[in-house]
Amino acid sequence: MDLILIWFVLLAVLWTGYLVLEGFDFGVGMLLPVLGGGGFKARTPHLNQRVETRRRTLLTTIGPHWDGNEVWLITAVGATFAAFPHWYATMLSGMYLPLLLLLVVLILRNMGLEYRHKRTDTTWVRRWDLTIIAGSVLAPFVVGVVLTNLVHGLPMTEHLAGTTKYTEFDGSVLSLLTPVALLGGLTLTVLCLTHGAHFIALKTAGPLRSEASALGQRVGPVAAILTVTLLVALGISRGMAASWVVSGVAVVALLAAIAANARGAEGWAFTGTSATIGLTVVSYFLMLFPNAINGRGASPDLTLQAAASSPLTLTIMTWAGVVFTPIMLGYTVWSYWTFRRRLSVDHMPAVSESHP
Amino acid sequence: MDVLELARWQFAITTVYHFLFVPITIGLSAIVAWYHSRWIRTRNEEHLRMAKFLGKLFTINFALGLVTGIVQEFQFGMNWSSYSRFVGDIFGAPLALEALLAFFLESTFLGLWIFGWGRIPERLHAACMWIVHIGTVLSAYFILAANSFMQNPVGYRINPQTGRAEMSDFIAVLTNEVQLVAFPHVITASYMVGGAVVMGVGLHKLRKVTRDAKGDDVADRRMYRHATRLGAVVTLVAGLGMTISGDLQGKVMTDVQPMKMAAAEALYETPPEGECAPFSALTIAGLGGEDPTHVIEIPCLLSFLGTGTWDGQVQGMVELENEYRAKFADGELTQADTYIPPIAVTYWNFRLMMGAGFFAMAVAAWVLFATRKDRVPMQRWVQPLTVLAPLATVLGQSFGWIFTEVGRQPWVVFGEMTTRTAVSPSVGATDVWISMGVFTLLYGALAVVEVRLLLDYIRRGAEPFEEPRLVEDDEPLQFAY
Repeated sequence: MDLILIWFVLLAVLWTGYLVLEGFDFGVGMLLPVLGGGGFKARTPHLNQRVETRRRTLLTTIGPHWDGNEVWLITAVGATFAAFPHWYATMLSGMYLPLLLLLVVLILRNMGLEYRHKRTDTTWVRRWDLTIIAGSVLAPFVVGVVLTNLVHGLPMTEHLAGTTKYTEFDGSVLSLLTPVALLGGLTLTVLCLTHGAHFIALKTAGPLRSEASALGQRVGPVAAILTVTLLVALGISRGMAASWVVSGVAVVALLAAIAANARGAEGWAFTGTSATIGLTVVSYFLMLFPNAINGRGASPDLTLQAAASSPLTLTIMTWAGVVFTPIMLGYTVWSYWTFRRRLSVDHMPAVSESHP
Repeated sequence: MDVLELARWQFAITTVYHFLFVPITIGLSAIVAWYHSRWIRTRNEEHLRMAKFLGKLFTINFALGLVTGIVQEFQFGMNWSSYSRFVGDIFGAPLALEALLAFFLESTFLGLWIFGWGRIPERLHAACMWIVHIGTVLSAYFILAANSFMQNPVGYRINPQTGRAEMSDFIAVLTNEVQLVAFPHVITASYMVGGAVVMGVGLHKLRKVTRDAKGDDVADRRMYRHATRLGAVVTLVAGLGMTISGDLQGKVMTDVQPMKMAAAEALYETPPEGECAPFSALTIAGLGGEDPTHVIEIPCLLSFLGTGTWDGQVQGMVELENEYRAKFADGELTQADTYIPPIAVTYWNFRLMMGAGFFAMAVAAWVLFATRKDRVPMQRWVQPLTVLAPLATVLGQSFGWIFTEVGRQPWVVFGEMTTRTAVSPSVGATDVWISMGVFTLLYGALAVVEVRLLLDYIRRGAEPFEEPRLVEDDEPLQFAY
């Protein structure tokens, strides 16, 4: 059970890494039409220079990082495949259509981030802006729905294939759209929005910084109300002492983040929302344990024990993780350190297609 | 179509599409890194201009390679959940390691390279692109190890309690004999793609600047000539490596997947004792029946390709089919109507793969000859070659993959699990219809966008030289989105 537990904890770490890191770049994407200005119009007669420079500044704050942030998701899913193949198989085939939607919006969002600046004509730029915005809203929403479903419980059934029994999803796409799951999606989206506002306040200078901070003040309380509602709703059906404590700390961290933002302590505000997202993931995983997927009602659970790989595979994966994770964290930190400076609209070079 | 058919089509479409971008990413990153490093060594401005120019083409391409890769990772669970359950213990590990070791490297250091102009000391900056390249190669290693397991499962045992394949020796999985020949084959082929792209783009630009020669075009001409010839050399050398590794691969394949080799030649009957097997370069009809008509036939070549000796024994499909029936027909996961793969697909893709590779090598050799001294081939018929040579290398890779994946049917894991038992039991045909439709439309649209963008950037060519320098706090960045 030890190795299984280790990998369960590591998956919690990977999801935390993913949602804390990509969470802020989702937030930046969502705020493009708000802090950047210009709204959602796909067609404007000409690129408004002020809007364009602000949007470029916002995107540049996440430019060097968003791609690496997304690898946390790829690693989380890959690690699930390696450490808990039945979890991977049941989750991905069971939540087929939501995951298809996730893939599509991630593809369009990534292409937007990569291609937006490759040409300067208005239609091109604005259309990719739309894919960035839509992707930044929908991706955390779908991830929230998926993760909440795992905890809240799915209709499941036991299958017998040959001599082996396994637990399989037994429902339709409609059984994924429960009020709690949808609340999970909405909460994660608004949390990312707040997190992104705190990130922009931390990473920019000038008007963008103060506007982001002010916007954080407005959405922070909404995020707090949603988070409390979600964690209470999940806690009532799945909670135990430890998860209630962690959920409580997550909410306190969010309140502290809001307070820090109000006092202009942007680093602490960002740390606070990071902690909230991380602790919410921890609380989810506590409510999941010792299962990989909770069964809804009388449905059987998919236990970690039943979902796990053989001890040898888990041992190999553990060693690989022990050796390579510090290296990966090292250069990731270096990359953030390299691009640590605040950006302002004055830092934006003239629009040019001359650099890769 | 049923779920199985649909899932197979979806896998084929998304995989072949993904693999249009992968070899360009592998090959081009090395050439960009090389140009960038050369600039630091020689201070030759043209080398920096080329590094940036090719770097732009690289990033345009990388974006699509990456996003289509995520689909691949999800697809095993979404469409092939029975497969994932059966071999996840072995197959998942290389995938997770690919993400941990390769994807983080690629994406982080590409971010550092793109945004690092003026922020990172120049040697370190050039090293970033080399690290990206190392990441792409590592990624190829792990995914090919996973694929090689499907072709030739090693390092595992079937656990009767769990009814699944479980890892017994990870080193064996990473050093699978199929992997040891497939990896060099794919990597050299990818360098060939990178070389052919640089050669094609270089030659196109070289002809263009020569045609509308203006005062300051001497430097441009020298620059594009250099790229053309560099690309041609890479294509030729990599092509040679690819031929050698492909030959080795043929021998391993004959050894571990004799059915695939027999299908590659549409060899039905095992040649009688003491007689060698011929290789046909062209066949008309007969690929579904028992009596193929070979138009061009090279005696004994198949024996040589398969075994390394001119009189080596190559088994025919009929004999193998009987063997496999006796061995596998009773197993729940190993039953199949026939153990012979679709012959026409394997037969033709095998030849198209080789033909495309040799064509690109021939063009490269000719380009080296035609651009010797200061010559520029200006004939009108040269223009199509600048597109066809890179295209041939990219498509050659696709033909190769189609051959290798269709050639192992009906198996998803050779000898252990057939493809039809691998599909997700809980996923309905409607779901797969939707996803296949969505991916096909989306991929099609993105292809149009990417090609337009690439052509756009190629047309504009390399930007004028600009001395990179470290950016001070209060001045504009050298690069921002």
